[in-house]
Amino acid sequence: MSPLSYSQAYRAGLAEEMEANPGIFVMGTDIFLRGGHFAQLLGLGERFGADRIRDVPISEAAMVAAGVGAAIQGMRPVVDLNFQEFAYGAMDELCNQAAKIHYMFDIPVPLVIRATNGIAYGGAQHNTAMESWFAEMPGLYVAVPATPADAKGLIKTALHLDDPVLFLMHKALTGARGETGGPDVRVPFGRASVVRPGDQVTLIGYGVTVRTCTEAAGQLAGDGISAEVIDLRTLYPLDVETVTDSLRKTGRAVMVDESAGYGGVSAEIAAALQEAAFDYLDAPILRVHAPHSPVPQSPPLLQAYLPDHGAVEQAVRTQLARP
Amino acid sequence: MTEQRTEAEDATAVAPADAGTLREWLGQMLIIRRFESESVRLSYANKIPGGIHSSEGQEAVAVGSIRALGAADVVAGTHRSHHHALAKGMPPRTVMAELYGKATGCTGGRGGSMHLVDLSRNFLGSNGIVGAGLGVAMGTALAMKLQQRPAVAVGYVGDGGANTGRTWEFINLAALWKLPFIAICENNLYAVETHISRSLAGDSIAGRAAGFGLPAVAVDGQDIVAVHAAASAARDRALNGEGPTFIEARTYRYEGHNVGDVQNYRDASEVASWRQTHDPIQALRQRLAERGDLDEAGYAALRQQADETVADAIDFAERSPWPDTGTVQRAWPAAEPAGASR
Repeated sequence: MSPLSYSQAYRAGLAEEMEANPGIFVMGTDIFLRGGHFAQLLGLGERFGADRIRDVPISEAAMVAAGVGAAIQGMRPVVDLNFQEFAYGAMDELCNQAAKIHYMFDIPVPLVIRATNGIAYGGAQHNTAMESWFAEMPGLYVAVPATPADAKGLIKTALHLDDPVLFLMHKALTGARGETGGPDVRVPFGRASVVRPGDQVTLIGYGVTVRTCTEAAGQLAGDGISAEVIDLRTLYPLDVETVTDSLRKTGRAVMVDESAGYGGVSAEIAAALQEAAFDYLDAPILRVHAPHSPVPQSPPLLQAYLPDHGAVEQAVRTQLARP
Repeated sequence: MTEQRTEAEDATAVAPADAGTLREWLGQMLIIRRFESESVRLSYANKIPGGIHSSEGQEAVAVGSIRALGAADVVAGTHRSHHHALAKGMPPRTVMAELYGKATGCTGGRGGSMHLVDLSRNFLGSNGIVGAGLGVAMGTALAMKLQQRPAVAVGYVGDGGANTGRTWEFINLAALWKLPFIAICENNLYAVETHISRSLAGDSIAGRAAGFGLPAVAVDGQDIVAVHAAASAARDRALNGEGPTFIEARTYRYEGHNVGDVQNYRDASEVASWRQTHDPIQALRQRLAERGDLDEAGYAALRQQADETVADAIDFAERSPWPDTGTVQRAWPAAEPAGASR
């Protein structure tokens, strides 16, 4: 199979599931002709028709509410918000309706909310690390694929779950290419992947920061430092076990995310790791993240804002410098 | 204070239903009235934790509209929804037990007054957030259309909800897609304590809805026959594939917004006036009496039946056990979801 881009892989996984399950349909703005703002649905309008690739006015509350109502009536809607920040207009529908109905009413809510997340150009209002907000909301799953294979495999799994899934695809990975699994390959939720083995430090990322970690591991290897890189793949459920197993081996952990730090996914992992494996720690767990600030637009400012592999390497050297 | 109540303006006048049917409607309204007054009493007595929102005064809106529906039609309510739940056929026992927080309540105590549900009767829940239940009903109507089910979805909203943006997102989408949907706005004049004269720009809520290109009618919400007629017409239209209807039912709540509400925003005389001259139960009782279809003894029997039904519900709730605390996490996404085998 020839490599697919991240967007193509998502599209392929969705299309396979749509062929198999007539209850799946997609709602979003500019999806039928344009195929969404990231080409994530390109061509599916023609293939599945306007009922199943359903254009919606710019009414985020209404499209998510329509998804919630249709999901509890036995359909399997996918609401495509294009940008993650457009969820602000539907926060009650996402966090107060979709997330809570299964618990309160004992009704499955098989709803997928796809959105493009991550920090890139576009300024403060299109770039927010909101994923930890969703991950801490009981009732929601959060998937954050870092590769085309996971974009395909995770969306296929999402379309078999009984609860709402925030499916967050990073802007900077849109064009990333890679091999993907076949029609029967579903990537499980709650299973991190070890993308590069190592034994002196554990680098943990998700989405684009898996790439940051991998770049740092490559640089560190040049200095004879062996780093293991873990891709979380889903933020809820969070695979604490795989991360802890790695820490028991390496004794050091550095978490990398694009959040403003406070209360982010990295904070959750740091807490979980010290609870599970305090006695294995050879150094304080360190977090590499963005400053506590909205996101700037100018290239040098954005570069200064984002955590890069250099910052990860520095964190590792700080840990290794301890007696 | 000026009352905005008007007579039915647009609802199609139809011959009132037969006496037996009307007596059943009256009995249902009496059950709701008693259920609500007892719920308020039990809230003050600390039997019902967290208080409730009484629907006393609004009984005709729920019974009139829901009696126009079939069993397969779906209803989603608001924070003030005991009347919708009971009219849709939920047993008073499971509703009262839920208000108490007992294991025998409709959600086993996970929901409470604002999260009542009964899937077997297609009651898709009261909803704690203003305007949100309307969206759940709209999405249900979308599923009905896609699944080609011969059914309609009804969502309720209040005059307060008519000022949230999302309400109009929902109405627009329902009208755009011609969904089998009925939006019923229970305009009881007060959003918590803000009178509609201080919150509504434009002439009326129905007038606002009309701008979305769907039939929007205002009816006297204290006249159960008028409400029923409007809902029946809306349902016929929806089942014929002609799309949604917006119904503004002009009504009044006798109690405060919630239990404990200090009502310094309206005169007691205003409440008394509505109770005395616009009460939906007395209006139907009078209609039946004038036709010779209900005498004093007949009315007394309906009242007694309602009182006994509610007393039984309270007794059931009192006797029911508390939930097993081991169920606190039931039915939320597990860390090991389906399809996640290693």
